[in-house]
Formats: sequence, structure tokens, C-alpha cells
Amino acid sequence: MAIIASVALLIAEHQSHRLDALRATLSVIVDPLKYLVDLPTVLIEQTANSVSSYSTLKKENTRLREEQFIDKTRLLKFDSLEKENIRLRALLENSFKLGEQLLIAELLSINTAPYENIVVVNKGTRFGVHPQQPVLDANGVVGQVFRALPFSSEIMLITDPNHAIPVQVNRNGLLTIAVGSGQLNRLNLPFLPNNADIRPGDLLITSGLGGTFPSGYPVAIVDNFTPITNKPFVNITATPKAMLDRNRELLIVWSDSSPVSLSSPPASHEKTSETPANSPAAESSLIHEAPKGKRAGTAGDNKSTGTPAETGRSNQSTENGLTRKAPAETDNDE
Amino acid sequence: MMNSYSGFGRIMLTIVTAMCLRIAPWPGFLSGINPDWVLLVLIYWAIAVPERIGIFHAWTVGLLTDVLTGRVFGQYALAYTLIIYFCLILHKRLRQFPLPQQGLFIFFCLLFSQILLFWLKNIQHPAQLHTSFWLPIFTGTLCWPLIYTALRRVRLSRRNK
Repeated sequence: MAIIASVALLIAEHQSHRLDALRATLSVIVDPLKYLVDLPTVLIEQTANSVSSYSTLKKENTRLREEQFIDKTRLLKFDSLEKENIRLRALLENSFKLGEQLLIAELLSINTAPYENIVVVNKGTRFGVHPQQPVLDANGVVGQVFRALPFSSEIMLITDPNHAIPVQVNRNGLLTIAVGSGQLNRLNLPFLPNNADIRPGDLLITSGLGGTFPSGYPVAIVDNFTPITNKPFVNITATPKAMLDRNRELLIVWSDSSPVSLSSPPASHEKTSETPANSPAAESSLIHEAPKGKRAGTAGDNKSTGTPAETGRSNQSTENGLTRKAPAETDNDE
Repeated sequence: MMNSYSGFGRIMLTIVTAMCLRIAPWPGFLSGINPDWVLLVLIYWAIAVPERIGIFHAWTVGLLTDVLTGRVFGQYALAYTLIIYFCLILHKRLRQFPLPQQGLFIFFCLLFSQILLFWLKNIQHPAQLHTSFWLPIFTGTLCWPLIYTALRRVRLSRRNK
């Protein structure tokens, strides 16, 4: 009986995603365990925080303030550049993609399966997280949401052997795909010919093709290029920019944004820096998935920005929030 | 038999502890050899109190383990069900075995479960077989005397009251 049941479950899960609801229900039972296991780490961290000395705190404070100052200055420029970009794209009659909405999630220090680069974070569908969302940290792309449960979600890192991310060489725009190697500090680029224009030190950024990852985020730095004389493809490895094994805070990104209406670019764009309620780009697609009060409220203000007439081709994609194709792909064809 | 005292809550508690150990972040290479605690605890209870732990319990616990470790549904459920079935059939003989001989049986149980899990994984998508994939079996077998004595104490402490 039980054998038949489990085989039936295996087949059912293999065929479709209908069992997600059951998994969500059961996960409510076992999720407290994840938090329980995570508790010692949290406690140690808190104790360390509370006993760290005044001078250390002060030093850290100064350092952070300096960092913030520098970042802010950079952002000043970024703002004007972004607006300029919107204007220029308006001249080219091209659509421009808005910034993304972010949510800070904290890593739970648990290890579900050895030899798999999958981590668990403490935000789930209750915060509007859904599968295939990109996940970043302060340095670069971390991975994507692999499975979202009510109180936690599993994130597949870009270094997982089953993960591939479309990338672009920042220097010359060369497009390729970076495949995970299973080691936390290495990505492989198996699809480039021997004469490809790529060299150690090149920065790889997300290309936005494929639609899962927003374009322009740093992914990795090429560190090795070894041509194999009798093979068509070259052996290239890269080191991820994100600190995959050190960070506890991750950013989950909503990138399903429809392009800005080109007629009134400045009015439509507002940069706020808070999370999780900041929503520079909360539109219809997001409201479907996260009908929570605060997010829906902020979304209302910006709703008018996505003018249907002008951005017709991207409209289909925002109708159903999960099929993300048009906005990301059409933006960087050139 | 004589163990009808052993409270169900106590069994649940040990299984929950085993689940915690299963997902605990062991440092470095220890995480690679982390044995399947849940299965070991289940086997113990199936041998010690077969009237309390049945196939259904094994299946439920397996299902919860599937969710906990983010596997495909039914994977652990199937493995645990089969192994607990063997244990329930053989429980009278297993109780008579000395500890090393039990250890051998446990070894084959863990081996069977690991092969089954690998096979199921391979059906979904071709998986690579790592040598270290088999290490949890050995550590699990080594942990068996520990689990046996610890759980025996848990079981008997209640009876003495």
C-alpha cells in the first residue's frame, strides 16, 4: 500500500507540479525544525554582537558610514545616467526596464543535502517569493529560487551542477552560458570556441536572455582560459563575484517589471532604498503574486506607468506573472 | 510485547531530534558523511516496538523527510517503507543478534536505501556517482551502537518509573 502510494507520489511529482500545495502544507509541519536547527547560529551571532566591544562597533560604524558615503555619491551619478539612458532609449524608440524590487532574506544555516549547492532562506511564499526568482548579494548574482515554501524557500546557487546562467562579457558583449561546477568557487563556460575574445580578468554580467535574471548584474570573473588544440570548444573557468559561502543576507529580486512609458520617463521613476516595501517597479504582474497590503498599496501609485499602447509587446508577459520573456529579452538585442 | 509503555510522544521526540541532526550544518567534511539519522532511529523503533511503529509511520516520516530535505516527493517515503518492512518481518530475529551482527544488517539496510535513492535520482535526471556518496553508509553503521544504546536508555527509562 505505502509502496504504491510512494511510487504514485514519485510519478505524480515527476510529471507535474500539482503536488506543490501538499508540499507547502507538509512544510509547515517541518519548517519549525529548520528554524530550530538555525537557532544556535543565531544565538551565537547575537551573543557575539552584544559582547563586541565599543571600539569595534565604532570602527565598523565609521567604515560603514564611509562606504555609504561613497555609494551614495555613486548613486547620484547613477540616477542622472539612468535618466539619460531612458531619454536616449526614447530617442531610439526602445523600451526601458525599470529597477527591481528587493527583499532581504536571511540564510538558515542548515544543510539539506550534501554535494548540492542548494541553500535555504527564511522568506517564503508568505512574502510573495516564487520559484525562479533571481537572488543576489551585494557583490553579484547568487542563484535563483528553486522552490518556495510558505515559511522558507530553497535557493539553487549558480555553482550547482544543474544550474546554467546566461552571461555576457562586460568588455565586448560576447554572449555565452555559465554552467555550475559543483564547487562554490568555480563556474564553467563550456560553449565558447577556441578563438573567442575572452581573457582572464574579464567580468561576466547577466545578459538577461532567458528571462530569469535581470540583465547587467555581475556574475563572475574569468580566471582561466586554456585552449584545447583538437577540440572545438575552449576550457574556461570563472570565479563567482558573490560570496557564496560567506554571506548570510541575500536579496531576492522581483524583476518582472514592465518597461517605463517613454513619453514621461522622469515622472515614472522613483528610487527608494528601503526593503522590502520599496517598489520602484511594482506593477500588475507583481500584484498577482503578492497581494499583501503594503506591496499592493505601493504598487497602486506606479500602476499608471506601464502604458499598454506603447509597450505592447511586453504586455503579454506581464499578464501572467511567471512567463517572463519579453521585457528582459527585448531590451538588449543590440 | 513488554514495551507497550513506551510512549508514542517519546518516539516522536527522538525522530524529531534525528531530523534536526539530519539537516544540521556540520562543519567541513562532516557534512559529507552525515548519516541518515532518521532511518537509523526508525529502524531501532521498528525492531524494539514493532507494535507501535508500522509501515504507515515509516511512510509518513519518509514523506516529511522528503519535504525537509527538498527531495522529490516519495523518495525517502519509498526507501523508509521498504526498509521498515524488512525490519518488521525480521524484528524477532534481529533482537537476538549481537550488536556487530545487527550492525551488518544495518549496513545492508543503509546500502539498500542509498542505492534506491541514487536510482530514483538517476531516473529523474542522470546523476553523477561520487565515491563520497557511499560514506554515510559506513558512518551510519558505526553510529548504530551509539543510537542503539541511547534509544534503549530512552525506552527503558520510562519503564523503570
